[in-house]
Amino acid sequence: MKIYLLTDFGSTYTKVTAVDIDSAKIVAFAKAFTTIETDVRLGFDAAKNEIAAQIGHTDFAKSLAASSAAGGLKMVSSGLVPDLTAKASRLAAASAGAKVVKTYAYELTEAESAEILATAPDIMLLTGGIDGGNKKVLLHNARVIAAVPANFSVIIAGNRSAAAQAAQILQEGGKNTVVCENVMPQFGKLNILPAKAAIRDLFIANIITAKGLDGVQEIMDAEIIPTPLAVFEACELLSRGSDGEEGLGELMAYDLGGATTDAYSMADGSPKIPNAFINGITEPFAKRTVEGDVGMRYSLGALYDLILEGNADAFYQEYGISRDDVSKWLEICAADPGILPMGEYEKYSDVDSAFAAEALRISAARHAGFNEKVYTPAGEMHSQSGKDLTQARYVIGSGGAVINAPNPRAIMANTAYAPRDGNALKPLRPTMLLDVQNCLAAMGLLSRFHPRAALQIMKNSFKEV
Amino acid sequence: MAEIGKIEDVAIVAPAYDEEEDVITLVLGVIGADVHAVGNKILNYTLTKAGFNVINLGVMVSQKEFVEAAIESDANAIIVSSMYGHGEIDCKGLREKCDEAGLYDILMYVGGNLVVGKQDFAQVEKVFLEMGFNRVYPPGTDPLVAIEHLRQDLAPS
Ligand code: B12
Repeated sequence: MKIYLLTDFGSTYTKVTAVDIDSAKIVAFAKAFTTIETDVRLGFDAAKNEIAAQIGHTDFAKSLAASSAAGGLKMVSSGLVPDLTAKASRLAAASAGAKVVKTYAYELTEAESAEILATAPDIMLLTGGIDGGNKKVLLHNARVIAAVPANFSVIIAGNRSAAAQAAQILQEGGKNTVVCENVMPQFGKLNILPAKAAIRDLFIANIITAKGLDGVQEIMDAEIIPTPLAVFEACELLSRGSDGEEGLGELMAYDLGGATTDAYSMADGSPKIPNAFINGITEPFAKRTVEGDVGMRYSLGALYDLILEGNADAFYQEYGISRDDVSKWLEICAADPGILPMGEYEKYSDVDSAFAAEALRISAARHAGFNEKVYTPAGEMHSQSGKDLTQARYVIGSGGAVINAPNPRAIMANTAYAPRDGNALKPLRPTMLLDVQNCLAAMGLLSRFHPRAALQIMKNSFKEV
Repeated sequence: MAEIGKIEDVAIVAPAYDEEEDVITLVLGVIGADVHAVGNKILNYTLTKAGFNVINLGVMVSQKEFVEAAIESDANAIIVSSMYGHGEIDCKGLREKCDEAGLYDILMYVGGNLVVGKQDFAQVEKVFLEMGFNRVYPPGTDPLVAIEHLRQDLAPS
């Protein structure tokens, strides 16, 4: 038996999955509280000992880890035009597994610089201007960021004609600065992989230590990566397949967490209907979006605000829940983000499920593209923004709020197209799968060494609803 | 930036430009729901050959796309074509959008079959000049005419 220990350091729990590579099976799972305040190794050791007790030995071939502890990888990004470089900067940061708190466009204002100071990001991704294009915004924003009295790193991925000067400004302001290729070197052409790699390198070089993870890094056999990056890689593997083991093809995945909801699409988003054309940039095959205002505990209040912006009465009616119970559940969750709608709180289960369903609806709407009819002398055409995901065949749901719900199918239904979604390009008839063993992040870690085993485990463990 | 009506690019691969300060950047495209692609390819080819850095947005280009491309590329001029006769509606407001985006002194040229049928060109020109275009060309104008004008209008004073 060749056992791999795959650890996910979460904000609350340290979750360890033990996999036997030869049989491609999960052989044990254990969790313990994340002990970031004292020493992360304590929680890890506790979970590891439990694994050892379960399988009867401590002979582990490799130990790999991902982390979203201590706030995860918190980033802000900026660009010039909202739909162009600013959007590209956000896509790059999200695909690196960051929690992208906010994306700014045009010249940063004083209010925005104060906001960035308050956000206290780990990294800021600064972009703007295609190569040889606008320099002013990159230089202006470098000056503003250089003056923000906080200690975060800056990655410059903007107009290369201004990058060196921007870097100098930032370094003089005391910011650790890295320059990489432009996220949009030519007009409309996305180039997010260099920025993604730069974020990853900075995470490994600086953030792990800053987050107090250097102790566990020493006992791991590979660099710790952000948990969403591990999930991203798991989804990519699941879609594309590996080593003769077929993937599932085009798919989407949602990870519903306490603070954020992450959406992933592994699909070619080009138009699927005749007479349609893309408006704006062509988004990548592998895409992640992260919603910081859509979550089941820390962001439940923000999620509720979004629901109130829509039709609140319809919300209560659709899910058959009372306004009173909703208010109470919000209070309970605010007081104890670790709470579950079980035992004495079982009566709030419907409310929790309603929030989960809305969280998925909102994230899906923000992730998927949409089209608009345009009438031309040559007839009706469709102008498509973002990705057409109508043909994605699978949607995978992950996260306790979906997995443990009494009726996960009803929650997951919001990830597929319904007439009320209007012109959103969501999957039309996907097969819904649940990550019941919560193994996405672990399999993303394993995929770097044993993709075939990771793929088999995912395919065998996901449950159709 | 639509793919519709795509024809093979005339043998230009990437614009051979070197980001020098004195390279003139142009944003080129066919505005509105217009799919006439051939003239656009010829303009792209001719302007690139003449040494300009051309950001060609192709056919079916919205005003928003013209403006956004000009911002990101720090363009010197926007070259608009309209072939199918709806130029007036499609072009209205482009100058205001540029002003709004801080592109105060960007040059704007327009040409093609700007209006339906054969109308008095002096009248057509007047309408488009009032809209804020710097140069307005009658149907079938040779691109070389515009190249000459670009060199004049953008000459360092
Ligand atoms: C081929 C063609 C089509 C093809 C286009 C295929 C394609 N993807 O390119 C198809 C069949 C799709 C088509 C459709 C239509 N077409 Co048509 N089409 C033509 C045709 C026959 C040739 C166009 C062409 O390629 N010319 C060759 C190129 C090299 O020349 P050019 O386009 O004029 O461009 C040059 C100059 O104008 C100049 N130029 C252009 N822009 C600018 C800008 C500046 C600043 C400068 C300096 C110069 C400049 O430089 C260019 C290069 O040399 C013309 C008639 C004609 N003979 O011109 C009609 C024509 C353009 N079409 C016309 C019409 C009405 C239509 C339709 C509305 C018909 C319909 N009812 O469905 C649709 C519109 C579709 C749409 N949404 O755009 C009319 C326009 C009438 C008007 N403006 O008053 C024309 C003139 C035919 C006519 N005489 O009625 N069309």
